[in-house]
Amino acid sequence: MSHAGQMPDWVALSTALLVLLGATLALIGSFGLLRLRSFYDRVHAPTMGTTLGVALVLVASMLLFSALESRPVLHEVLIGVFMILTTPVTFMLLMRAALHRDDLKDAAQVPRRSDSAAPPDHAAEPDS
Amino acid sequence: MSAIVLTVSIFIAQVLIALAMACATFRLLRGPSAQDRVLALDTVYVNAMLLMLTFGMRTESTLYFEAALVIAVLGFVSTAALAKFLLRGEVIE
Repeated sequence: MSHAGQMPDWVALSTALLVLLGATLALIGSFGLLRLRSFYDRVHAPTMGTTLGVALVLVASMLLFSALESRPVLHEVLIGVFMILTTPVTFMLLMRAALHRDDLKDAAQVPRRSDSAAPPDHAAEPDS
Repeated sequence: MSAIVLTVSIFIAQVLIALAMACATFRLLRGPSAQDRVLALDTVYVNAMLLMLTFGMRTESTLYFEAALVIAVLGFVSTAALAKFLLRGEVIE
């Protein structure tokens, strides 16, 4: 840390708090990925790290580099926008793949919607 | 004083992210189905991106930012391709 003495105290302390919170959220998400029981539970857990964890670390990085270079450094917004756009896309693709594979293998594992008015087969989803 | 707090907390954050990567790697190795492994691989990518960002904050260099961006893009592309493969059996049809 060569220039760290030049930044004000509140920048250093809030950066430290933000980066610790973001890393803790990433750890909680990955731990949930390890501990939850079925795939349909596990797909929820890492989203905590990919949304709020990434956002907090990015805000901390923006704050630190803005204070170090004495100008607003905003290029971390690029990663934030990219993650927010791509994470739902990949996870929805993965969920459709998992539903398709579980339907082929063992249809009893697939969680159904709770109202039984819908027909039990996938007639409402023609392309799944 | 505050610089020491910042250095120590960035180091602790790196340890936490490394633990998160270890959890995801364990799921990647053990995961009962293929979609579990793909999900774990995506989590490993996100955690590696966070680790790159904290390395950049620790060394005060913006070079790590480009590495983090490349890791984010590659993670999206690889996870989307693997999910498409699991869905249809082919990536490009």
